[in-house]
Amino acid sequence: MSATAEKGKGVVTTPYDELQLVRNELSKCMKCGNCMAVCPVYLTDKAEAGVARGKVAVAEAVLSGELDVDDPEVVQMLFNCLVCKSCMQNCPTKVNFDRIMLALRAAVVRKKGLHPLKDMIFGLIKRPKLFDAGMKVGAALQGLAFRDDPDKKAISPRSPFAFVGKNYGFDLHRSLPELASTPFRDRVTEVVKVRDAKTKAAFFTGCSVNYFYPQVGEDVVEVLKENKVQISIPKDQQCCGIAVFVHGDVKTVRELARKNLDAMQNSGAEYLVTACGSCGGAWQHEYKELLSDDPVYGPQAQYWSARTYDISTFLTKVIGYRPPKGKVEAVVTYHDSCHLKKTMKVSQEPRQILMSIPGVTFKEMAKPDACCGSGGSYLLTHYETSKSIAQRKVADINQTEADHVTTGCPACMMQLLDHVGRFGKGQKITHYVSLLAESYRKEKKGGAIHVP
Amino acid sequence: MLDKTIMQEMERIVGEKNVLTRKVDLVTYSYDATADMPRQIPDVVVMPTSTEEVRRVVNLAREKGLAIYPRGAGTNLSGGTIPLKKGVVLSFQRMNRIMEVDPDNLTATVQPGVVIQDLNNAVLPFGLVYPPDPGTVATATMGGSVAENSGGLRGLKYGVTKHYVMGMEVVLANGDKVRFGGKTVKNVTAYDFANLFVGSEGTLGIITEITAKLIPAPKYRRSMMGLFKKLEDAGNTVTGIIKSQVIPATLEIMDRTTIETVENYTKVGLPTDVEALLLIEVDGMAEEVVEREAQAVAKVVKENSGDLKLATSDAERDQLWAARRAALPALAQLSPTVVLEDATVPRTRVTDMLVACQKIAEKYGLKIGTFGHAGDGNLHPTILADANNKEEMQRVHKAVDEIFATALSFGGTLSGEHGIGIAKMRYLGDEIGQSGLRLMRSVKEALDPHYILNPGKMVPEKEA
Repeated sequence: MSATAEKGKGVVTTPYDELQLVRNELSKCMKCGNCMAVCPVYLTDKAEAGVARGKVAVAEAVLSGELDVDDPEVVQMLFNCLVCKSCMQNCPTKVNFDRIMLALRAAVVRKKGLHPLKDMIFGLIKRPKLFDAGMKVGAALQGLAFRDDPDKKAISPRSPFAFVGKNYGFDLHRSLPELASTPFRDRVTEVVKVRDAKTKAAFFTGCSVNYFYPQVGEDVVEVLKENKVQISIPKDQQCCGIAVFVHGDVKTVRELARKNLDAMQNSGAEYLVTACGSCGGAWQHEYKELLSDDPVYGPQAQYWSARTYDISTFLTKVIGYRPPKGKVEAVVTYHDSCHLKKTMKVSQEPRQILMSIPGVTFKEMAKPDACCGSGGSYLLTHYETSKSIAQRKVADINQTEADHVTTGCPACMMQLLDHVGRFGKGQKITHYVSLLAESYRKEKKGGAIHVP
Repeated sequence: MLDKTIMQEMERIVGEKNVLTRKVDLVTYSYDATADMPRQIPDVVVMPTSTEEVRRVVNLAREKGLAIYPRGAGTNLSGGTIPLKKGVVLSFQRMNRIMEVDPDNLTATVQPGVVIQDLNNAVLPFGLVYPPDPGTVATATMGGSVAENSGGLRGLKYGVTKHYVMGMEVVLANGDKVRFGGKTVKNVTAYDFANLFVGSEGTLGIITEITAKLIPAPKYRRSMMGLFKKLEDAGNTVTGIIKSQVIPATLEIMDRTTIETVENYTKVGLPTDVEALLLIEVDGMAEEVVEREAQAVAKVVKENSGDLKLATSDAERDQLWAARRAALPALAQLSPTVVLEDATVPRTRVTDMLVACQKIAEKYGLKIGTFGHAGDGNLHPTILADANNKEEMQRVHKAVDEIFATALSFGGTLSGEHGIGIAKMRYLGDEIGQSGLRLMRSVKEALDPHYILNPGKMVPEKEA
């Protein structure tokens, strides 16, 4: 879809519609190379094309006409990036590298279209009923290809499938979360009422919580109920669209953004709460940028951007949560999910919550905000790089001797499940909110610590 | 594009995955961290992992008449790694093993691709430190920093890279491998080759192994900041501290333009009505000695009408340092092109040099912020410009000429720590004269008669 064609709908040209608009970002890069210290891909590959500075140089070559944006070598280089934004934390001149990367990927799609397979998958994501039906069929059939590992709450490939899949990391040792037979949003009512509600919040679940980690969704509901927040979980909500946006499909992410805004506008909530850094980041940043000139949805995106909080920020800074009293005996470490820390700027709040749980001993790992190597679909397309990034992470986790690894993003949970399974010491992987929910539940069962 | 058989031969030597020939990859080796430099795409990037591979690549390149550009992380600030005449970029990013840490002999032996910070992380458990700390410690390699003889913030007390290189293995242009120096503190066997190759910017040989000296890491430190209404007072403080027989680990200065820019950028609470700021840190192994030194420094600051801020905790120290760390980023975000110089003068002329830089800025209508290592006279006049503005860049080049001429007239030098590379090659004769240039060429041609090692850098070739 060309920029002009979209203009008819009132969509302004962003760098994702017109590549030339990233020029200013590019000129901010001094080529100092500070990004090399933190780029997970560079630290694995040790080649300049892996790191932001090198990719900026290639972008410059594309804009000057030296290279074509849809040159297969350029495309391959563009997708060898997790969009983890670690480079941006270390950039002295604050280059918005994510903008450069996503603008280039969007330009590739404009020029040569989406890969047919991606087109099919993204088309499915846009059609929520079909997507939902597909995920449920998948849940019913997963036992054919995967065997259950109840200890880890995970599944692993069965041998014939592992033989085919081993080149993509689907070997016998691969652990994956089980697809929920009943997704989270089918388990709860659209509005969860509480007595004497302090405020109303909408919960944007995201796909991973809905289909893979419904328990995390239930835990979010639990802690909100305990804090007298009325929760609405709009049935019309859909995929946040970040997964398609990072593949350059600007059209689909805009469509999803508008549908999600409609769902939230109708919820009557005062706040929007997320339990996934990528989803929350979309609401705080990407939607308002993508819809900046849409006269109807632009202002709505602005409105919700300022009212979106990660569940940890909502609890600690917006409502002032009630300290839990139930004892949870656990040695806990926390992994900073990239999109939660680097997009939503949330890092202290989950730690504050964890440390407030009676019985929890908190152990900080070295480089807690180093990327785990997931990058959404990156782990599928670049499994070997993803694995060696994760291996460094698990080594840091092992050093802490924690028995629980917590994080704030389901994508990181999946990645950690796989690689803690391979290289770890049997640590449990949980969302930090689940430990808080467990403490509240124990308190109700009478496991509270007596505070004199 | 090179002959296919040469590429195949390279692949046979270092393995297919260690030879980069795709244009996207080559573009990413066409630059380094230096502003206002030409870019050039090499013919091939080769990433050796052993000395033997380096030797074979050098032999092949020499036979085929290809230039070789040894490269670490490409973070230098003199255009030193740009493949000006095409040919082979020899990248050491993957030859990065720490071969040995020997705490009893206080040495570490490393391959050239080891990142400086990684070496320090490895020796920290022994209570040791490798002191040279260029601003790029987290990214720059040992090989690169030895070849550039990098300095850093601790130069005054702890010296620079050359003071920490005890031995080396080098591959010469003729393919010979030579080893010299080692773990002994004393060694007067043969010429002092280590000091010939340190700072040779890849023009004389290719460093393939380094034996570095380590020292016990200082256990105590005190940090403070002095703010001065007059530049002279800051200058007198610098010399006063040395006169009081204290050698601080760091003694950094920032001028008014830099202070204002940093404050606008970071809002750390710096007063903007001062002419200069000094950041001073003393360190050592005994708390009592460090405390005494800190008091001596504080006294000198006050005697020179300085407003003193003493850090009493790590958090307060970080606050003081935040200002200095923000100096370059703060200046850099004001303009797209940042020309960062490192003209260096004797310590007693630091004030004169700061005044001169301000006058040069006025004369050419440019914004120049100057900060740097006052303790060792190594200043960083930072010129802010836009490379797309031709007329402005002409004024920048004139200002740079004048900065160098001024530094030399004060008995200083063109470069304290960034090196000559491409950026300062044309000024070389101004400092060392024609006889100096002849000496440079004699040494260069004795070791690399056909100028295949990093051509177009440091040593101007004879006029044809």
